[in-house]
Amino acid sequence: MTDTSLTLAEQESRRRRRQTRRALLAPALIIILAISIMPLGITALYSFLTPGTYGGVIWEFTPDAYVQFLFERDIFDGTLQFNDSYLTIYMRSIGLAFGATIGALLIGFPTAYFIATKPREQRNFWLFLITLPFWTNLLIRTYAMLLILRDEGLINLSLMGVGVIERPLSILYTDTAVFIGLIYTYLPFMVLPLYASLEKLDFRLVEAGYDLYANRFRVLRHIIAPIAKPGIIAGCILVFIPGLGAYITPALLGGGKKLMIGNMIAIQFGSSRNWPFGSAAALILMALVVIALLIYARSVSKGARAHG
Amino acid sequence: MKTQLKAVTAATALALAGGAALAEGELNIYNWGNYTNPELIEKFEQEYDVTVNLDSYDSNETMLAKVQAGNTGYDVVVPGDYMVKVMIGEGLLAEVKPNEMENFGNVDPKWVDVWWDEGRNYSIPYQWGTTAFTVDTAVYDGDINTLALMFDPPEVLQGRINMLNDMNDVINAGLRYLGYGRCNGNEDEMREVLELLLEAKQHWRTMDYSTIEKLTSGDVDLSQNWNGAAMRARAQRPTLQYAYPKEGFTGWMDNVAVLADAPNMENAKLFINFMMAPENAAMTSNFARYANGITGSEEFMDEEMLSAPEIVMPEDAPAPDFVQPCPQEVVDLYNKVWTRLKQ
Repeated sequence: MTDTSLTLAEQESRRRRRQTRRALLAPALIIILAISIMPLGITALYSFLTPGTYGGVIWEFTPDAYVQFLFERDIFDGTLQFNDSYLTIYMRSIGLAFGATIGALLIGFPTAYFIATKPREQRNFWLFLITLPFWTNLLIRTYAMLLILRDEGLINLSLMGVGVIERPLSILYTDTAVFIGLIYTYLPFMVLPLYASLEKLDFRLVEAGYDLYANRFRVLRHIIAPIAKPGIIAGCILVFIPGLGAYITPALLGGGKKLMIGNMIAIQFGSSRNWPFGSAAALILMALVVIALLIYARSVSKGARAHG
Repeated sequence: MKTQLKAVTAATALALAGGAALAEGELNIYNWGNYTNPELIEKFEQEYDVTVNLDSYDSNETMLAKVQAGNTGYDVVVPGDYMVKVMIGEGLLAEVKPNEMENFGNVDPKWVDVWWDEGRNYSIPYQWGTTAFTVDTAVYDGDINTLALMFDPPEVLQGRINMLNDMNDVINAGLRYLGYGRCNGNEDEMREVLELLLEAKQHWRTMDYSTIEKLTSGDVDLSQNWNGAAMRARAQRPTLQYAYPKEGFTGWMDNVAVLADAPNMENAKLFINFMMAPENAAMTSNFARYANGITGSEEFMDEEMLSAPEIVMPEDAPAPDFVQPCPQEVVDLYNKVWTRLKQ
């Protein structure tokens, strides 16, 4: 149907509807612009400025903050030397976030499968249990983890109580503690999308698989996993990205001896008095996340084309 | 219609006036966490019919960053010595002239002509103390007055140490242990400091500001510490002892000051004067467990404060070393060392 075939009244009402739609969208667009794009713009701008002596910025443009990420200037002869300090911090964060993602997947998948295979009227109760931790502030929950993992905490006291170990295990203030903390914090973000895709699973397909002599592993690999794939990917993204920038968990459970990206960025705005570098580090982190998402989006669209 | 409009205008004006009147009775204090005696705040509120709001920070730099951003609404801050100097230089503090106030005569003369605020035109003493470390003598029974316990710890203390998560405190302790000067821009000496710290770090369990909690929970047996915190920790773990290392230790003073853009300037000045009264200074000391620099406050202090080994320094201890702010090149060098240490 072309516009010419429409009556004037129809055209008019269409135009009005379009206007209303735009007017209704405007508040949301303005908010997105004001609270998301603008701060990002300020961060980008600051990352190209010169740090002020006591924090803040001086309005002189320089790419130093980005150079500083990989190189350090020798203070005597001014030559640039490769410096892996920040790369090491990024690699540690990526490693911990990746490990936490795998860990959350290994725990989250059976959990989501368990809930999805419960009778319909019981599922809401189990989902309620998964979302229950969100009722308490993250800081409080992390502090509770600290009490559990501590030398004289729940885990060590009960292990010593039943005689498995004689001296307390040093779990708290290690990478292991951060790893456990990250899995604990982000596990619900893995379970919920997994549940959403497993819930749609038609169990007749699983039965059909068994009827055709597939063993359990093959059923999981060729029937359940492909159907759950969108949930797996969504869950992994929801765990990996916030895990990468986690601040509270490494600060409390890690003991402050080693930095993760979030903590490193935070000190740039405090004792290091280098706002431009903090901004640059935050943008580099964001760029990494966006690149990872783009690679994912491309592989998905390729896969869709191959299947389609 | 017109009368209605008038009524609305009048109501708005009244409401605004009411708001202003309310604002006159407020004071917003921004102090270090766990450092303000709630009873003291209550007393000030009652004496002057003012509502006090309290907010807290964990380091001078956090406070500075927030104040620099502007429009904080805070009136009173409690910066450390070097931070007073920085903030005066940046024009962030109001010149409220405490030295012309009624109670100024109570300030101990030795805390008047200080390098961070000569003659006290901006700030008054809040608490002063030292930064050394606390050890559990039930765990380690040798001589505790040496920095070697942190940098080359005996086996019983290995993996049982908390250091302050503070660039200056950790690097200054390292410099003292190696016998090098403060605000050190010498790259070779700083490289040695870094090696020392990296070697010692294997034996450290945590780097954290919450020293009292780390010690009383049994997470560590030695913690770099402030003397008042050491006393508070000892109250819960009696075998703790505060060390006066022979290599030297940091002395510091926190000061009450008023922000240049304080919304409640008059109340802030009242508070400054209030804090110089001996009985009020003593209330802070009885809570935070540090000395206060106000003469005559001793008679209002708890008995145990007057003899506490954390407050009364032994005769043979070195004098506390008040560290001045370092030039930017040195801060940059320290930052590199610190990032290397924590990478």
